[in-house]
Amino acid sequence: MGVSDWIRSWPVYRQLTGADRLGRGDAAASPQSREREPRTADADRVTASVCPYCAVGCSQNVYVGSDDGGERVLQIEGNPDSPISRGRLCPKGSASKQLVTGDHREERVLYRAPYGTEWQELDLPTALDMLADRVLDARRKGWQDTDADGKPLRRTQGIASLGGATLDNEENYLIKKLFTALGAVQIENQARI
Amino acid sequence: MGSNMAEAHPVGFQWVMEAKARGAKVLHIDPRFTRTSALADKHVPLRAGSDIAFLGGVINHILSNDLDFREYVRAYTNASFLVGEEFVDTEDLDGLFSGYDPETGTYDTSTWQYENGFPEDSVESERHREQSAGEQHGSGGPKLESGTGIATDQTLEHPRCVFQILKRHFSRYTPEMVERICGVSREDFLEVCRAWTSASGREHTAALVYSVGWTQHSMGAQYIRAGAIIQLLLGNIGRPGGGVLALRGHASIQGSTDIPTLYNLLPGYLPMPDARHADKRDYVESIRGTHQKGYWHNADDYIVSLLKEYWGEAATEENDYRFDYLPRIDGDHGTYRTVMDMIDGKVFGYFLLGQNPAVGSAHGRLQRLGMANLDWLVVRDLTMIESAEFWRNAPEIETGEITAEQCRTEVFFFPAASHVEKEGTFTQTQRMLQWRDRALEPRGDQRSELWFIYHLGRILRRKLATSTDERDRPLLDLAWDYRTEGDGEFPEPSADDVLRRINGVDLTTGELLDSYQQLTSDGTTAAGCWIYSGVYAGGVNHARNRTARTEQDETALEWGWAWPANRRVLYNRASADPQGRPWSERKKLVWWDAERGEWTGHDVPDFPKTTPPEFEPEYGEAGPGALAGDDPFIMQADGKAWLFAPSGVVDGPLPTHYEPHESPMPNLLYGQQGSPARKVYGREDNPSNPAPPEGGGDVFPFVFTAARLTEHHTAGGMSRQLAYLSELQPALFVEVSPQLAAERGLENLDWAHVVTSRAAVDARVLVTERMRPLRLDGRVVHQVWMPYHWGPSGKVDGDVVNDLLGVVLDPNTMIQESKVATCDIRPGRRPRGCELLEYLAEYRRRAGVTVETGTHVVTAHTTASDAAATSDTTAPGSTGSHTTAQGTTDREEDA
Repeated sequence: MGVSDWIRSWPVYRQLTGADRLGRGDAAASPQSREREPRTADADRVTASVCPYCAVGCSQNVYVGSDDGGERVLQIEGNPDSPISRGRLCPKGSASKQLVTGDHREERVLYRAPYGTEWQELDLPTALDMLADRVLDARRKGWQDTDADGKPLRRTQGIASLGGATLDNEENYLIKKLFTALGAVQIENQARI
Repeated sequence: MGSNMAEAHPVGFQWVMEAKARGAKVLHIDPRFTRTSALADKHVPLRAGSDIAFLGGVINHILSNDLDFREYVRAYTNASFLVGEEFVDTEDLDGLFSGYDPETGTYDTSTWQYENGFPEDSVESERHREQSAGEQHGSGGPKLESGTGIATDQTLEHPRCVFQILKRHFSRYTPEMVERICGVSREDFLEVCRAWTSASGREHTAALVYSVGWTQHSMGAQYIRAGAIIQLLLGNIGRPGGGVLALRGHASIQGSTDIPTLYNLLPGYLPMPDARHADKRDYVESIRGTHQKGYWHNADDYIVSLLKEYWGEAATEENDYRFDYLPRIDGDHGTYRTVMDMIDGKVFGYFLLGQNPAVGSAHGRLQRLGMANLDWLVVRDLTMIESAEFWRNAPEIETGEITAEQCRTEVFFFPAASHVEKEGTFTQTQRMLQWRDRALEPRGDQRSELWFIYHLGRILRRKLATSTDERDRPLLDLAWDYRTEGDGEFPEPSADDVLRRINGVDLTTGELLDSYQQLTSDGTTAAGCWIYSGVYAGGVNHARNRTARTEQDETALEWGWAWPANRRVLYNRASADPQGRPWSERKKLVWWDAERGEWTGHDVPDFPKTTPPEFEPEYGEAGPGALAGDDPFIMQADGKAWLFAPSGVVDGPLPTHYEPHESPMPNLLYGQQGSPARKVYGREDNPSNPAPPEGGGDVFPFVFTAARLTEHHTAGGMSRQLAYLSELQPALFVEVSPQLAAERGLENLDWAHVVTSRAAVDARVLVTERMRPLRLDGRVVHQVWMPYHWGPSGKVDGDVVNDLLGVVLDPNTMIQESKVATCDIRPGRRPRGCELLEYLAEYRRRAGVTVETGTHVVTAHTTASDAAATSDTTAPGSTGSHTTAQGTTDREEDA
């Protein structure tokens, strides 16, 4: 390194001679921090989403990239365009990358037999088929054609459901529609709680 | 009030701070000093469960000092309407209204009706309550037979006009009474009154924010009514900077109420039909008045369009659009009733779709014992939650009440796709739909609920394809032909296609509908949720509108889509005066443009576009055409906001202070101690702590309340597994005042346990002046606060705070009273295993708790025959059988 390079590498020199007179930006940057890139730089794309926690509805930008293991979420940040959140996220929203990428996420269907003490794996189509049989059985066992006065009820009290406040409107729509067609009435979610 | 917005809705709270920076005064009235209090101009602590006494005091202050916005009140509320002669107020019946039936614990609301208004159909009041009738009226407003022709007194002097009734009802809610009941000093109370009433009139407004600190009470709906009455008296509804803002707690809990996964509702707040409804005509006539005003009069259009979406071509005029395919309800089918039915062996299968009741619902033990007595349980979640593993990690394993080898419940765990792995809409707390794009595919067996329900339905239909059983017709005739994306047997259904069908389609042209006003009852339109019609107006998904805030005005109509019709402020006709002019230049939002002959403004006008301000409907007119030019409340049967509710609220036409189900205090205003219409379940597995006039309450001398932290989310399924959040809030703690710590020998950071007749829960002690002892009617009452996010699983674990609570419900909403109970607190850890059961049994013995404790809901002393109420001050005392709360029981005594 020549003397002039050495002088130019001195932050005070850069501060006095460059545009960053307050020494809070480029002038103060070390070579290491100059070489650093935000983790979003490698993103193949950014998609618009909404925070899944409370009901404020903060807008999120989801940065997606890929490596040998396939596509993955690189980062989730607040979207500054939103008139609701102006780009801000709370601790939960800021942690939502961990929510969707963490190793706590289950990837396989698990089954616990009656009186069982452990989980066992089950393939998805088999589990769905087993479940469909059980739904029809519980529906039949709890079926009520009429009330005590002979008025039609056309329902089952054998099947209940709880959940929906964390799901999409479209999902809630299908849940209510399918269960109603089955005759199930005890369909509830967090709004009752 | 009833909200810790800075911590529970932190990003929304930036707007409160923005308002404060522009000169708004921020008042926080809440039991505990929180970050919200720290950022407010003034924090006023009050006793948990005493909010109606406080709010009633504010109402009395407004009315006694003529501080209401009289022009607004006279024109836009029912203040001038006369109530029938039969109505008797709580002032004359020791805390009961006329029409109370002590046998059933319910009201017949017929004596609460307006004079000249046709009386409501005689509905059995028991049935009315059990179906959560208040909530059934959600978007329609309660039924009135007639919207025009109600007797009024514009001077507001008539003794039976709503204004005078309101005055009398709250006349004893004085600052002195507020001090005795709530523990709020007169100075603090009057400071709140002065600030609140000064934000009123043409130039000023005030906004009122609440959360589940109000809803989760045995009279939660009445808390909100009380807040709404104040906001109406001050002219703060339908105006910019005004309103009553419910901050909801889940990403789409508003959506799951609009498009309900709720037992008593169909999409768009159409009630579920019940056994009384022989056909669709019966149903429509029972939910709307033949001559009522406003858009709810068109309910037939909404239900027929829904039936056409459900059953497509199978639904025709000849077969009543298959109204008979809808299952009927005939009572309480809410989640708590259902869990008791599980314990009683009446329910066989249970789906948990992104919910963790083993930790997140009141009375966790009841939840877990219910799940342990099923044929099968389905849990769909991102991660392994307590509700999926109750058979091996419930607290009842330790006590021997559940053992895996003896638990017959078959459990299926299906991993779920996350919010970034599927597309669709959430509806946030201000009714705004926002579309999420899919960022990437889920892994392994992870799937969306859309996929799960669609394919489950497809498989069920395939299995029943050859069935000739009439009961299978609704499933086989179901319109289940949603567009799918991808190949193979299990493609992903299209959320976009589902949203299009929710929006609605003109079946004659195949075009998407632009508005709910296009819906018809002749079978030519299909729409899944009438209030969402318009989200796809012009064939564009407006929920996906994302014009940056910097590129539009502050109303931001181009971001997302708010139901109905993209209106951002409901009832915004009230932002203009009766003549249609803005109340003031500062507070202008929507106004009448006389030249163009239409309503216009910064927001989408919430009023028939061309009905002029001076319009008067003919007597007997019905529907939207019956709305007068100064009827801003277009969904109400009479076009006015209701200070007094002649129907629709099952526990009284006016809010009244009652003590919580469990309270250390007698009701200082009436002989009637608790809400006379609250829903109680006297079961051995659901004991109550005693409250006056019952004896034994001193065993549980402290007021218990619970709430959220910023860093965790409800039952913790989405936060206790995350390292960042677990590190920020690693352990369960209990906040107590220095005075209570001294009284009970509690050391900061040491262990203590909190005890109720249901459970004992370990927590670290946090001694803090955030909790202030309250002086109430000459005695000191301590409050104890806990966050409730922990359970046995996750990176950080802890006892389940919801186990401390019992089940007692608001009869309007069937929501539990979980924001207030009574408790004891002791130093050191709780006993474990069988010793814990003994310990709790001993507490119940000392308190004299039996299955009857808390179930004698009538304590008013009245001889008035029209109340039909008898005095009942029976204190169960220590006689009768002990509550053992072990195992399950089929004994039940609904009061």
